[in-house]
Amino acid sequence: METGIHDNEILIDHFMNSRNLGKIEDADGIGMAGDPSCGDYVKVYIKVDKVHLTDIKYEVFGCPSAVATASVFSELVKGKSIVEAQLIDNHDIVEALHGLPEQKLHCSCMAVEAFDKAVIDWVMKSIANSKEEFESLGLPF
Amino acid sequence: MKKVYFDHSATTPVHPIVAEEIIPYITGKFGNPSSVHFLGREVRKAVEAAREKIAQGIGAKPEEIVFTSGGTESDNMAIKGAAYANCRKGNHIITSAVEHHAVLDTCEALKEEGFTLTVLPVDKYGMVSLAAVAEAIKEQTIVISIMHTNNEVGTIQPVYDIGRLAREKGILFHTDAVQSMGKIPVHVDDLEADLLTISGHKFYAPKGIGVLYIRQGSNWQPVSHGGSQERRQRPGTENVSGIIALGKAMELVVSELEEESQRLARLRDKIIQGVLERIPHVHVNGHPIKRLPNLVNLTIEFVEGESLLFSLDMKGIAASSGSACTSDSTDPSHVLLSMGISPQNAQGSLRLSLGRDNNDEDVEYFLDVLAPIIDRLRAMSPFFQQNMIRLRLD
Ligand SMILES: Cc1ncc(COP(=O)(O)O)c(C=O)c1O
Ligand code: FES
Repeated sequence: METGIHDNEILIDHFMNSRNLGKIEDADGIGMAGDPSCGDYVKVYIKVDKVHLTDIKYEVFGCPSAVATASVFSELVKGKSIVEAQLIDNHDIVEALHGLPEQKLHCSCMAVEAFDKAVIDWVMKSIANSKEEFESLGLPF
Repeated sequence: MKKVYFDHSATTPVHPIVAEEIIPYITGKFGNPSSVHFLGREVRKAVEAAREKIAQGIGAKPEEIVFTSGGTESDNMAIKGAAYANCRKGNHIITSAVEHHAVLDTCEALKEEGFTLTVLPVDKYGMVSLAAVAEAIKEQTIVISIMHTNNEVGTIQPVYDIGRLAREKGILFHTDAVQSMGKIPVHVDDLEADLLTISGHKFYAPKGIGVLYIRQGSNWQPVSHGGSQERRQRPGTENVSGIIALGKAMELVVSELEEESQRLARLRDKIIQGVLERIPHVHVNGHPIKRLPNLVNLTIEFVEGESLLFSLDMKGIAASSGSACTSDSTDPSHVLLSMGISPQNAQGSLRLSLGRDNNDEDVEYFLDVLAPIIDRLRAMSPFFQQNMIRLRLD
């Protein structure tokens, strides 16, 4: 039932005053994840300096739990190294929100999935960039 | 914080006069109306007086009124009772895609038992066509159940024409008028109904009391068995306070009907106009003219429904995205889908249903609160700007 989320002060705060909401125009990686069962989506933008996640932003078309989990997730991972950030999963999000109703657990997966895709996007771009760099120096890649 | 209740289609508050009326029956006057002693007799009298008020309110005879536990039970009783009573004559049932689940699921259950079922489609306004009903009727058709007014979009069905056709063909006709009471006239002859369902909590009586009207002489049979209450049509000791309340509520809404429906229609139009003026990419669902005076159903594009309701809730506004009974599921409304609205737009729909406690101030507060909520939700959506560009190119 929905009732659970209306009493969750942390969730309400993250929904009403979502942290890091928005997009990064010159993002190093972008990922999007959706849940076909409800038609909701989260899009994650990341900025990476060497191996540190210096910035993360996101956009959401989704339920309050989807918005709040994306907000919580962004706070949990921001400033961490990519490796550390990738260890954070939806259980950590649910814990940070002091629980989610059973029917809303699936909403907490989208932000993590979108982030993983953004990391892959960043890795792919980095490889492409390195390849260009190697080639311009006439070195084998 | 200001509180605004815009969910009268889900349920209504008990009218203060109705509440006052039932106090004696939940305190001192506790007799069983079937008892012959003085305690029973005084309650029996009150029950019969309520029955008369209700009969009068819908143009029926008192003996055609059967008290039930509400709309769901009445819908079940109407359709099952008609189907079982006529199963030697035929086995075909006709209903529509936009019915309440109390009707749709009852018909589906009968299908499981071996009856055959036609679920009629609707047009983009949620309207059933008489021609479609005529086409669906077969030799074996025994029951037609088409709602009077739709609980999600407010469309008023051509019930009179359907009822007349059914009568010509000797088919029992049931109509669910749960959403109509107190908003538009409900008269069993004007609706050509053999069976008609109403529910108390939708018009200022408490929850758990309803009526099934059964036209005298209809070939209908009871679906539950026991004592001789309600002429054996619905046995069980009466919900006395509920019945008294329903009688009073009926009297009140019927006497205030004309004035109140005009007042509600004005508020409804003010909402529609205000929303369309302030917010782009909004559609009004339901029939533009043949619709309930108290209901607005909007599709707000690029906004997720649950987040919209949650945001309104945080501002003290109680609204819904469709019917209350299914609002715990994330499935888009079967009514909107059958009207051809896309699943994504169906999920972003907003139903506002007004009642006697609403006024201009409520509407203005709602309009002031809604625009910034929509702006915020659209700004956070990854689709909004992409779509804006696409729309401009189109
Ligand atoms: C059209 C319609 N029919 C039936 C019902 C069910 O009525 P009740 O809640 O009294 O069982 C409702 C209410 O949700 C309704 O809107
Ligand atoms: S219901 Fe779809 S993300 Fe929550």
